[in-house]
Amino acid sequence: MGYQWNWGVFLQPTASGDDTYLGWMFAGFKMTIALSLSAWVIALLLGALIGVLRTVPHKGLAGFATGYVELFRNIPLLVQLFIWYFVLPELLPGSIGDAYKQSNPVMQQFLASMVCLALFTSARVAEQVRAGINSLPKGQKNAGLALGFTLPQTYRFVMLPMAFRLVVPPLTSEFLNIFKNSAVCSTIGLLELAAQGRQLVDYTAQPYESFIAVTLAYLTINVTVMFLMRKVEHRIVVPGYIGGK
Amino acid sequence: MNRFAFAAAFFTALGASTVMPAHAQESPTLKKIKDTGAITLGHRESSIPFSYYDDKQQVIGYSQEMMMKAVEGIKDSLKLAKIDTKMMPVTSANRITLVQNGTVDIECGSTTNNLERQKQVGFSTSIFVIGTRLMTKKESGIKDFPDLAGKNVVTTAGTTSERLLRKMNEEKKMGMSIISAKDHGEAFLTLETGRAVAFMMDDALLYGEMAKAKRPGDWVVVGTAQSKEAYGCMLRKDDPQFKKVVDAALTKAMTSGEAEKIYAKWFLAPIPPKGLNLNMPLSDDMKALFKAPNDKAFE
Repeated sequence: MGYQWNWGVFLQPTASGDDTYLGWMFAGFKMTIALSLSAWVIALLLGALIGVLRTVPHKGLAGFATGYVELFRNIPLLVQLFIWYFVLPELLPGSIGDAYKQSNPVMQQFLASMVCLALFTSARVAEQVRAGINSLPKGQKNAGLALGFTLPQTYRFVMLPMAFRLVVPPLTSEFLNIFKNSAVCSTIGLLELAAQGRQLVDYTAQPYESFIAVTLAYLTINVTVMFLMRKVEHRIVVPGYIGGK
Repeated sequence: MNRFAFAAAFFTALGASTVMPAHAQESPTLKKIKDTGAITLGHRESSIPFSYYDDKQQVIGYSQEMMMKAVEGIKDSLKLAKIDTKMMPVTSANRITLVQNGTVDIECGSTTNNLERQKQVGFSTSIFVIGTRLMTKKESGIKDFPDLAGKNVVTTAGTTSERLLRKMNEEKKMGMSIISAKDHGEAFLTLETGRAVAFMMDDALLYGEMAKAKRPGDWVVVGTAQSKEAYGCMLRKDDPQFKKVVDAALTKAMTSGEAEKIYAKWFLAPIPPKGLNLNMPLSDDMKALFKAPNDKAFE
């Protein structure tokens, strides 16, 4: 179809003259990693908390946790992102809202993206944690309580150390997902990896080189994550359980 | 790099050698249209007033009417009684690829003819000339580009405006924060919600966005044009015969005064969806184009 390949395009200076196209790609790569990692830390902490709350014998707390999970799990990620970025600042009172909206746009985009990805993923992490806790034999909880532990102590010393180790494999796939989901944030103008890739197409009219580079970059990130998580899994595997010896 | 250039040349030659002997000099696009009796037209979904959907999901607009003139010309040159037209919506991200890979035969929307794109696709005679300017709130106090220093400014990703704005920011050290929205609608939303003080874009599209605004009277288009751009219809590269037919039809429309009537219909009279009049007088550049149609890029 007469396509003109040009891999040298990455070394050309950009149209605005401030960098090379490779530099743009690398900036996007760093943005994707910073965004995904910060969102993942929040998602993990929040998800663990909500997951535990879903299993506690208290109607109010469990109900709140269920509501939280259903809310963030059932609304499409893109819609959530638009709500965080476009709708929420409008709800801030006049002067604060205006001051926020006139602040550094990259900061606004990053903040909205991070909160959005973190909460969306935390609902999914919560479900994994809940599944881990529920998969433990009932006897463990009863044994803990019979030994004189309070309920929080039973969670802390008996159930959670087991549950977290069991859910590492499914959490790995959530960890991979957060990197892939971060591409959605290009829709609000955040210049992460996918956005830089698209920008390269717009500026150079070389779509294949650009998309191939973006694909390889995502692949590199996720293969690295998989490799590291595999190591973690091996270290903490529970003998006698799935994957254990 | 040379290796790829060689490979590309090799495959082009291979493609040519298998097609050419059988139908010497015949345009592959024209042949396809003749054989199937159908042509696939690429259009935009929200490039007001060039190519967009009306409330009945019909494609309308200035570029759309010019494209239909080209289709008429193709029909006459092939001596067909009628041509089936298949409408294919395209975006700024996929339009080049869709023309290149043969999905779309011709795309008339709001596509700038520039040198980088000419490496991948062909362009017809230009159908419109725009200038890149600013839209801002009436009482914002912004009159021209220097007033933007230190402010948040929005533009649409992948446009010439984005490049110019970045370059200006870099060269003149203006300290603007540039927001690249994914389409014109989102860029205008960014302006409307106060995230940015101004929106830089092709003037005709700014007037189009204004027509969609809740209160069109709140907005003005200001500033000296930073660049001129020629919109053309995209065609497949290396099909000079097809381009010739399309160019002839467009040239005829422009020199005969038909194009000026189409212009008046879309820029000087109320248009859907809100029945607003863009009131954008025919510019000197447009007058020159209608007088002497050409396919030159401005860059």
